Amino acid sequence: MGMTGVLRPGHMQLKVLDLDEAVEFYTKVVGLVQTGRDATRAYFKGWDERDHNSLVLRDAGEAGMDFYGFKVADAATLEKLDADLKNYGVTTERIPAGDLLETGERVRFEIPSGHQIELYAHKTDVGNGSGYFNPPPWNEASERGIAPIRMDHALLYGPDIEKVQALFVDVLGFYLVEHILLEDGVTDLAIWLSCSTKAHDVALVRNEEPGKLHHTAFLLESWEKVLRAADLMSMNKVTIDMGPTRHGVTRGTTIYAFDNSGNRFETFCGGYQSYPDWEPLTWTWDEVGPAVFYHDRQLNPAFLGVYT
Amino acid sequence: MAVSTTTPHTVTVLPEGAQFRCRPDRNVLESISDGVQAGCRNGGCGVCRVQVVSGAFTAKKMSKAHVTPEDLERNIVLACRIFATDDLTIRPCPRPAHVLTPTTSNDNTSMTAADIND
Repeated sequence: MGMTGVLRPGHMQLKVLDLDEAVEFYTKVVGLVQTGRDATRAYFKGWDERDHNSLVLRDAGEAGMDFYGFKVADAATLEKLDADLKNYGVTTERIPAGDLLETGERVRFEIPSGHQIELYAHKTDVGNGSGYFNPPPWNEASERGIAPIRMDHALLYGPDIEKVQALFVDVLGFYLVEHILLEDGVTDLAIWLSCSTKAHDVALVRNEEPGKLHHTAFLLESWEKVLRAADLMSMNKVTIDMGPTRHGVTRGTTIYAFDNSGNRFETFCGGYQSYPDWEPLTWTWDEVGPAVFYHDRQLNPAFLGVYT
Repeated sequence: MAVSTTTPHTVTVLPEGAQFRCRPDRNVLESISDGVQAGCRNGGCGVCRVQVVSGAFTAKKMSKAHVTPEDLERNIVLACRIFATDDLTIRPCPRPAHVLTPTTSNDNTSMTAADIND
């Protein structure tokens, strides 16, 4: 088996202005499945995710991301990666099991871009609602609202992204899939990193303000579902930032939109399958427009300036 | 007789003084086509931060990262979260990190790394 170490993005805790309003938005419009609630947080997953939660909303009076967590293969891997991080000079802390509902002990650390990243090995398997024997291909939850398959990736904004890349590659086993160069032809504006065969599990854009979220992305299974998502956004008067369109980077089809706290989210489909031995794809500064929005061929001002 | 809830108010945007008709059931940003930059339009990103110089309004929840209690005392708010209950005069009040940079395109690549990091 090829997949070891860090398996996938597993959870994101997102700050919202009003928890009840956010719960309504992510349930009825985005069509995530609510799986739990505690004093300050509501827990959701995409219909086809099997672990208890992926998107966690926290009542914070502001927007943005608290932390982004990756699931690792097992408890021994968690211990090894914690030790590897410390040897690399990263300060880690342990968050006890149960702090997040149905989630085991977490190792949390700050990366040079100012984001809180977590690793964990356990989250309770609750299934996708179709069972484990002779399952039907889809179920009621897959048709309600936009109904993404899963939380897929995130784009983070912050400084020192080359240091983030080194940490993710050298310690956590990620590899660079694509990058966009700045005008100097040397420095990266943006990097796309994968721990799997997805074209990206996390991406970063260089930004002076640390610790910011550009978007969290939810996976849809077809371009037609992306168009259906756009219909649902208009039916519900959701603020669309861009799309439906295609990214040059990853080739994914996309809509960027804002939730009712102003956090950008993406409904995403496609992107090619990548492998760690592949040469990274490079986009030059003069092609930054089509790299990000392949059809408009220019960045909108919001791409660089609007984040939470 | 009560004033109709759909009677529009006039919103004046300084410094140019452009005026817009603003329905009381629509947020102020929705009614403005010029003079205030739009961001997330949902109270989170802070791009449409303005100071209300005169006039009365009601407000929905806004990100405390962009509107502090001290800001509120000075009528500094997010235009996407306020509703006019009177004629308003407002002035853009963006934080330095949230002044949107010019659009780039494949025939206009004037933006540099320095612009991005400003």
